[in-house]
Amino acid sequence: MSGVRLLVGTKKGAFVLTADGTRKKWDVTGPLFTGWEIYHLNASPVDPDRLYASQTSGWFGQIIQRSDDGGETWETVGNEFVYDGVPGTHQWYDGTQHPWEFARVWHLEPSPTDPDTVYAGVEDAAMFKSTDGGQTWQELSGLRGHRTGEQWQPGAGGLCLHTILVDPNDENRIVIAISAAGAFRTDDGGETWQPINRGLRSRELPDEEREVGHCVHRIAMHPSHPETLFMQKHWHVMRSDDGGGSWQKVSGNLPSDFGFPIAVNANEPETVYVVPIKSDSEHVPPDAKLRVYRSRTGGDEWEPLTKGLPQRHVYVNVLRDAMGVDGLDPCGIYFGTTGGQVYGSADGGDTWTAIMRDLPAVLSVEAQTLP
Amino acid sequence: MIRVTLPQHLRTLAGVDGEVLLDVGEPPTQGSVLDALEAQYPVLRGTIRDYGTAKRRDFIRFFACGRDLSLDSVSEPLPEEVASGAEPFRVVGAMAGG
Repeated sequence: MSGVRLLVGTKKGAFVLTADGTRKKWDVTGPLFTGWEIYHLNASPVDPDRLYASQTSGWFGQIIQRSDDGGETWETVGNEFVYDGVPGTHQWYDGTQHPWEFARVWHLEPSPTDPDTVYAGVEDAAMFKSTDGGQTWQELSGLRGHRTGEQWQPGAGGLCLHTILVDPNDENRIVIAISAAGAFRTDDGGETWQPINRGLRSRELPDEEREVGHCVHRIAMHPSHPETLFMQKHWHVMRSDDGGGSWQKVSGNLPSDFGFPIAVNANEPETVYVVPIKSDSEHVPPDAKLRVYRSRTGGDEWEPLTKGLPQRHVYVNVLRDAMGVDGLDPCGIYFGTTGGQVYGSADGGDTWTAIMRDLPAVLSVEAQTLP
Repeated sequence: MIRVTLPQHLRTLAGVDGEVLLDVGEPPTQGSVLDALEAQYPVLRGTIRDYGTAKRRDFIRFFACGRDLSLDSVSEPLPEEVASGAEPFRVVGAMAGG
C-alpha cells in the first residue's frame, strides 16, 4: 500500500510525519534542525527520497539542507544566494528606494523532471535555480530586472517570492508570486517574465488595477490543467483559465475572502480549498471557528468543512505555504496552524483529525505521496 | 593555535563540541581568524559574515578578553592573549528575540 509523508516546517524546527495509505496512524520524526526557522521543505516529484529544506535564522542566515534518503539523514548544501550583477533598488515601505538585500529562502520547488534541479523563491524577491542538487545557485535575474522591479514594495512579511508553479508539461513555463508585487510568468525558463495581474483589483492601491503591486498570497494549480490557476489574494479569491492572462473573482459566498493558503484536490481539478481569515487587520478565523471552505465548482460556490475542526475560541492563522494535498484517492488535505496544530483529512475534506498538536507555529506543510 | 568558541547552533552545524582550534598566520586578525574558520568548516560560510560583502551579520558579535571587538577593524591584530591561545576568540549570537 502506498503512503504519505508530510513535511512540516515550523518556527523552531522541522517534522516529518509518515503514514500508510489509510492515513490513520502517523509516525513522527523530529524536531530536525531544532531552534531554526524551517520556512519550507519539499520533495522531488521524480525521486521520493530527495528532499530539500530551507533552514534560516535571523542570527545565522540561510542554510539549505538536502536529504537523499527520505529525511533519515541530511547534509548541508550551498547557501550562497548572491544577486546577479549590481542588485539595484526596490520601493521601501515609505516609498523611497531601498537596496535589494537577501534575507531568506521562502520556498523550494524541485523540478518535475530532474531531482537535481530545484528552484528557490527568496526574500528580497528573486528566483534562484540550482542544477546540481542545491550545491550552487544562480539567479534567474530577468525577473528582478523586470522594468517594474523598482516599483515592487514589500508586504508586511517582507518582499518575498513565495509561490513557484512549474508547468509539468513545459518546464520553461513557470508562474511565480511575490508579496506585494503580484504574479509573473515566464515562458522561456526564466529569461524573461511578464506580470500576469490583469483583472486583480486591490483597493489599497491608488490605481486599483495597476500592473504590479498586488499582494498575492498564494497561487495553486492542478498539474493536469496548468492553464487554470487559483489565487488567494490579500483580499479576494481569484481564478484564471489562461495561465494568468486574466483573472476573475470567485469569492462567491465565502464568509471572508481574505486568507493565505489555497489548494486544489489532486483528483478533482475543479475542487479548491481555502481557509478564510477575518480580515487584514485581524488574522484570525471568522467567528473564532476553524473552517476550511471547499468549492467543487472551481470557485463561487463554497461549503464550510468543519467536522473534526474546533468551532469555538479559535484564534490561529494558516500561513500561505501551510496547506498541502496528497495524490491518493480520496485526496488527503493537510494544513498547519500558527498555534502548532497539524490537521488532516483523508476523505477530501469531509472529516478532519488533529495529527499533531502543540508544535511550534507551522510555517509550511507539503504532502508527499509515496510509492 | 587560536581558540574559537561558537554559539550552539553553529557548533551543531559544524559538528564540533567545545572550542575550535585554528592555525592562523601571525599576527592573527578578526579577518584571518574568520577566514581560517570558514576554510576549516565551509558549512559556516554565510552564517557569521555575509556573502559578497563579508560584513559581520547584524546579530553576531565578537568578544575576547572581556572586550567587545565587534566594531574593530577586521585587519587589526587581535589581543596578545588570543594570539597566544591563552584566551578564546568568542563568536556570540546577540541576545534578541524570544
